[in-house]
Amino acid sequence: MSRTGVEQVPPVSQHARTGRRQAWLRRAPLLPALIFMIALTQVPFLASLVISTYHWNSLLPDETKFVGFDNYVTVFTDTDLRSAVITTFLLTATVVIVSVFFGGTIALLVNRKFFGRGLARTMLITPFLIVPVAAALVWKHAILNPSYGLLNGTLTWIWSLFGQQNAPQLDPLSTHPLMSVEASLIWQWTPFMMLIILAGLQSQPMDIVEAARVDGAGEFNIFRFITLPHLRRYVELGALLGSIYIVQNFDAVFTLTSGALGTANLPYIVYQTFYVSNEYGLASAAGVVVVAGTLVIATFVLRTMFSMFRTELVR
Amino acid sequence: MRSPASVVEPAPATTTPAALPAPPVHTRRRRSGGHLLLTAVTWLLALFFAGPVLWMLLTSFHSEADAATNPPSLLAPLTLSGYGEFFGANSGISPVRPLVNSLIASVGSTVMVLVLALPAAYALSIKSIVKWRDVLFFFLSTKMMPIVAALLPLYLLANYIGGLDKIWFLLIVYMVMNLPIAVWMLRSFLADVPVEMIEAAEIDGASLMTTLRRVLLPVILPGMAATSLICFIFSWNELLVARVLTGVSAQTAPVFLTGFVSSQGLFLAKVCAASMVISIPVLIAGLTAQDKFVQGLTLGAVK
Amino acid sequence: MRYHVSLSRRYAIGAIALAVGLVVSACSSSGSAGGGESATQGTGDSSSNSSAGEGASSGTADQSINVIMVNNPAQEDLVKLTPDNFTKQTGIKVNFTLLPENDVRAKISQEFSSQAGQYDVATLSNYEIPFYANNGWLAPLDKYIAADTAFDQADILPAMAESMKGKDGKIYGEPFEGQSSFLMYRKDVFEAKGLTVPSNPTWDQVAELAAKIDHAEPGMRGICLRGQPGWGEMFAPLTTVINTFGGTWFDKDWNAQVDSPAFQQAVEFYVKLIQEHGEDGAAQSGYTECLNDFIQGKVAMWVDATNSGGSIEASNSPIHGKIGYAQSPVKLTKSSGWLWTWAWGIQAASKHQDAAWKFVSWASSKDYELLVAKKLGWAKVPYGKRESTFKNPDFQAGAPFYKAALEAIESVSPENSFTQPRPAAGVQFVGIPEFAALATDLSRDISAVIAGQGTVAAALAKGQKAAEAVGAKYKNK
Repeated sequence: MSRTGVEQVPPVSQHARTGRRQAWLRRAPLLPALIFMIALTQVPFLASLVISTYHWNSLLPDETKFVGFDNYVTVFTDTDLRSAVITTFLLTATVVIVSVFFGGTIALLVNRKFFGRGLARTMLITPFLIVPVAAALVWKHAILNPSYGLLNGTLTWIWSLFGQQNAPQLDPLSTHPLMSVEASLIWQWTPFMMLIILAGLQSQPMDIVEAARVDGAGEFNIFRFITLPHLRRYVELGALLGSIYIVQNFDAVFTLTSGALGTANLPYIVYQTFYVSNEYGLASAAGVVVVAGTLVIATFVLRTMFSMFRTELVR
Repeated sequence: MRSPASVVEPAPATTTPAALPAPPVHTRRRRSGGHLLLTAVTWLLALFFAGPVLWMLLTSFHSEADAATNPPSLLAPLTLSGYGEFFGANSGISPVRPLVNSLIASVGSTVMVLVLALPAAYALSIKSIVKWRDVLFFFLSTKMMPIVAALLPLYLLANYIGGLDKIWFLLIVYMVMNLPIAVWMLRSFLADVPVEMIEAAEIDGASLMTTLRRVLLPVILPGMAATSLICFIFSWNELLVARVLTGVSAQTAPVFLTGFVSSQGLFLAKVCAASMVISIPVLIAGLTAQDKFVQGLTLGAVK
Repeated sequence: MRYHVSLSRRYAIGAIALAVGLVVSACSSSGSAGGGESATQGTGDSSSNSSAGEGASSGTADQSINVIMVNNPAQEDLVKLTPDNFTKQTGIKVNFTLLPENDVRAKISQEFSSQAGQYDVATLSNYEIPFYANNGWLAPLDKYIAADTAFDQADILPAMAESMKGKDGKIYGEPFEGQSSFLMYRKDVFEAKGLTVPSNPTWDQVAELAAKIDHAEPGMRGICLRGQPGWGEMFAPLTTVINTFGGTWFDKDWNAQVDSPAFQQAVEFYVKLIQEHGEDGAAQSGYTECLNDFIQGKVAMWVDATNSGGSIEASNSPIHGKIGYAQSPVKLTKSSGWLWTWAWGIQAASKHQDAAWKFVSWASSKDYELLVAKKLGWAKVPYGKRESTFKNPDFQAGAPFYKAALEAIESVSPENSFTQPRPAAGVQFVGIPEFAALATDLSRDISAVIAGQGTVAAALAKGQKAAEAVGAKYKNK
């Protein structure tokens, strides 16, 4: 908010003295979308606020009553919810960081000319274009299934190549559940990061690179001092969009582990409270807390960490 | 990387084009062992990432018995029975309605999102509004709010106004979910339009609509394509809201898919077949328009 | 931020008004469902008895009903058989929604508690029907039953029929299939190893057999027991183990007993047996996974629902004819099978109750059983609800598990199954709405223990706290 005061209306002179009518005319195109968004996001939020002050279990309609902040007390003392916060953070951070790293590496590799580049790039993109719940189902049943999944099947096959009978058989969904969920999400999101970083690489102003090369700069230094800073915004963008969607991930957690074994993230816990336990009041309180928390973090992240919200963008 | 040139054409030279077809950084120098090695690594990675999809495709053409073997039977005879199962050959439950529902919800919400987002993005980018950044921030912050927190109120609202198991209600919810990203993306494209062009049009006495149509539309058509693609993909993929808000008549394809893991014997081939069919619209849209997609997203970063 | 704050402030007033309206209406709609019940009863009255013809002409010709079901094999068969039989006979189109067990429960409870009216018929059970009925969410069926003599309510097994009643003594559900649990084992594998399974085994014997039979064939484990979280998944078999070990969720005065020695001993036994000789991927294996493992020869024994016999003995099952059946293993009690029925309930808010009853009456009828027998074989008949089925010699011949199943169902009783008096109905569950959440939460922790995270004691200590909170509420009632 501090920054908004400094901001000036762009110095396009004709607009400076326009009257009220003109100002409204300018805003008018914005209003339908704004009103639509406010109505459809804030009204449910207010409804949540109201419901969150009730003890309301839909299976026990006779016990519905106003309880003030009781549900919030439960939310803040609930250990499941607290571990869900940690899980959500771990899941999001791991997936975003690892897929940005992989995506960046692959983008650098694909940014060269090589045999069959178009096909390789297409193959690298496909994981992002599989419907997430379908991908999760395939991971659970066709890949990670301990008896006939591709993972153990491949192990058996490799071992049999060497005449071995007892290939190690893994069960990552039970032994490393969170890692399995993360792996499937990294698989889906790496292509996305790759696409964005690749676009960054290709928008690199070549004259500067060539000039540096003429000046005798090595490939590494060109990468370190020219390419990397140039990529920063693209990496930020990928991380931002990735975070937005992975924080909210439900499909993978729901399908792969049903939130068991410490993989329940916030969306899953709220869903569970509302949909399985039928604790409407408690679910609303948890939802309100999650929204408030997200807003605080989003404000912080958007305003301080992301250069695109920091730098002057008005022309 | 064919189309970008048309996007950046009208933009002033100072703006960096997002996806300029630039010559690769270091190619002609050492086409030697190092190059071959890197190419091999790239191909290995491509195979690794495409592996699960290829496996899914192969399994979908296997019989259930061949699909569930350890070690995997790569060379098992191919059959269409998995697809037959998916289309209800045995169960009598047809996936057509869920597929059509998904199509209506995603295409419908995408169109409606564009209708709302375009004027908003226009107002935010061309006719600068005081505190426009706050407005943009508001839009983006709504996108960051977990939709799960709104599930219960949405359900109650739907029940109250008769929107449960109705595709139009789902369509509206998908609009809410996609509008922020759409406004954000379109704004970046519109920011490429020089103010002078619009002012010239206004001096001509062109109305808002004509300005939009004559001056802006050609410039931002690629942006709209990218935005539509994103909105379409995310609506098509959506599971959580659809699970809660739909039942029989408005059930969408992803929800249908979750009911497909059956307890009657093996289901691997049929799930893979179902997953393939349901992913096909996204695959087609994504692969044909991958350049636009990237451009649409990244313009938002650099503008 | 000022811009949107000031704007949203203006909308806030309207929004709050709307929100309050929403909540109030939602509360009152669920509260008034009891009142709505009498109204629906009235409509059921006018058309069902007097004029079947009128019903057919006014609605049924182009009528359709929505049915939500668990996607168990018997229900999937029903989907296949409905269009060519029921719809052809009555003209009523049936739209099915099939979901896995945990999902279907969540969806149904949401649907019925809000009385949304999307679904006319749902697969409920002896767990939900009593309290759903008491909340006024179900349409009473007595009128229909009285008029529909061909249905023959007297043929329904008494234990099942009794569990379908509300506080008011009216019938609110009709069983589609009834089940207890029993032990299934691979006769061929045990014979090859020179081992025999007693017909009334104890858990200690079963644990010993599981150790001996483990890895009898490549990739074959000793026993399959559900480890997937969910009160209806893991806690169905696990509660029966707890029962026979002398434990209980609550004593008769609603004192929580989750951390009692018997409860803990049972859970530890269960976890250890799964960890040592159980199926691969146990923490994620529920009924479906165990069924698949058993059919594919990945386990040698399986303790689960009696109606699994149908899928196992189906002609296309690779293990049909190779299975032995024994009673559910015991420790301190005489028997330890559960009692469960997937039953039809008609939503009170349904606008097609007459058509819904026609469907229920058809699906639970003797004729439907005969139809399944003719089309799919006797092993696939959804049995366990009608006395006449067990007496049918064709069924006895076509379903080799019938004797063990009947014995299991009939031996369930408070005296045979428990070591102490209980405060609420239910063998493998506690018949209160809070049980689902209570057991689901605890099952998640126990599933984690099976996968190697945490300890049984810690999980139960947490469960005990939750159970105490629930018990306290009932103590005050």
